[in-house]
Amino acid sequence: MLSRNYFMSIKIILFGKLADIAGNSVSVDNVADTDSLINSLHKKYPALTNTKYVIAVDKQIIKENTVINNNSTVALLPPFSGG
Amino acid sequence: MSVQNLYDRYHRQIILPEFGEEGQQKLLKAKVLAIGAGGLGCPALQYLVAAGVGTIGIVDDDVIALNNLHRQVLYSVNDIGLSKAERAAKILHQLNPEIKIIAYNERLTTQNALMIIDEYEIIIDGTDNFSTRYMINDACALLNKFLVYGAISQFEGQVSVFRNDNADDVNYRDIFPDPPKEGEVLNCAEAGVLGVLPGIIGTMMANETIKLITGIGEPLINQLFTYNALNNQVYQLSLSARKETGSLIPKDESAFLKIDYEWLCAAPIQQNEIDSDIFNEMMAKGHIDVVDVRELHEMPAVNEFKHIKIPLAQVAENASLIKSDTVITFCQTGKRSLQAAKILSGIFGESKKIYSLRGGIVEWKKQKQTV
Repeated sequence: MLSRNYFMSIKIILFGKLADIAGNSVSVDNVADTDSLINSLHKKYPALTNTKYVIAVDKQIIKENTVINNNSTVALLPPFSGG
Repeated sequence: MSVQNLYDRYHRQIILPEFGEEGQQKLLKAKVLAIGAGGLGCPALQYLVAAGVGTIGIVDDDVIALNNLHRQVLYSVNDIGLSKAERAAKILHQLNPEIKIIAYNERLTTQNALMIIDEYEIIIDGTDNFSTRYMINDACALLNKFLVYGAISQFEGQVSVFRNDNADDVNYRDIFPDPPKEGEVLNCAEAGVLGVLPGIIGTMMANETIKLITGIGEPLINQLFTYNALNNQVYQLSLSARKETGSLIPKDESAFLKIDYEWLCAAPIQQNEIDSDIFNEMMAKGHIDVVDVRELHEMPAVNEFKHIKIPLAQVAENASLIKSDTVITFCQTGKRSLQAAKILSGIFGESKKIYSLRGGIVEWKKQKQTV
């Protein structure tokens, strides 16, 4: 079945250590929600599995699985401790 | 201060229509506490003192080191070895002798935190470790204090303001409910930091503080601002309170005193760590299981002693492979093994003694060569 997300474009922004692991331009195909996005990111970059971060969809930090729309921006932010 | 002096010193901000004499009076009456007089604390303090905040407290138990000077811009080479809190207070007093500056040359702990924080209206978190950050967050939530939060890593910074006034207000635990575990996040000493970055973020913290006091503009309440010094990208997120956060914040002073923040965040020195010498002694005695928690392909290979291989991610499910009453975990540098030791301690409790090899196999091989 052709996913409705086939032509979808999502912008993914990684911060801090996450960008060190996965690089600055990350793309993932065919994901309908944040859970499946995280699953495929973890598969692609296993080191992300042991890393702490929060997820924001369109500049809102989310607490549970969230539908990703076309042209959405998803940001993954780790905590910083430095001062 | 004489009225004429007051006008002279603060003239350029008093003439701002939004600010005015009223804004200046608000600053002079304000009480601000900076926790940490390091990379973030130095620029934040410098601007708050210059702006005329009437009472400023500075908490820091650290002393100035040469490798601080590239970012902790209040200090000079003559200050090396001196108390940061006391030196900062003295230097800032010269900048503005008209205001009150109080130095607390002590480490913030659960024992003194509530007492010190309660004396002030706005708290600035410029500390460099998660245990103190979570403690400050909880104390400010408990005491309903404004918390101006800033944190940095390498080339990136975060700023936010936690109002702690009503139930909808966000605090740090709404973003990151639990402290990260050992090794999940690197500190400045491990990861490095561009000197100018805390200058930018610390100055933003001073700006947020001045906006809160004077009531001008829009402080970053329920917002998280991020900045990347390499590509100048800024990103501002909206935050919202979580229902569960309330249960993570201590209810009262006695609950606060009972929390072991060092333990929560796995402070660097652990009682269950052993060095290479003790490791060798324990090996000689026998009756132990040694566990390599690195990924299976990781080098260097270990042929010198008998051990079992369980990568960190599989430690919990394969704990039954461990039979002896004494267990030593090791990895490359001693961080993941510490996590593994914690996991195993959680599983076996008092029934087994669990240790982690400090410095990891890299350090052990190095020691062996020098013998």
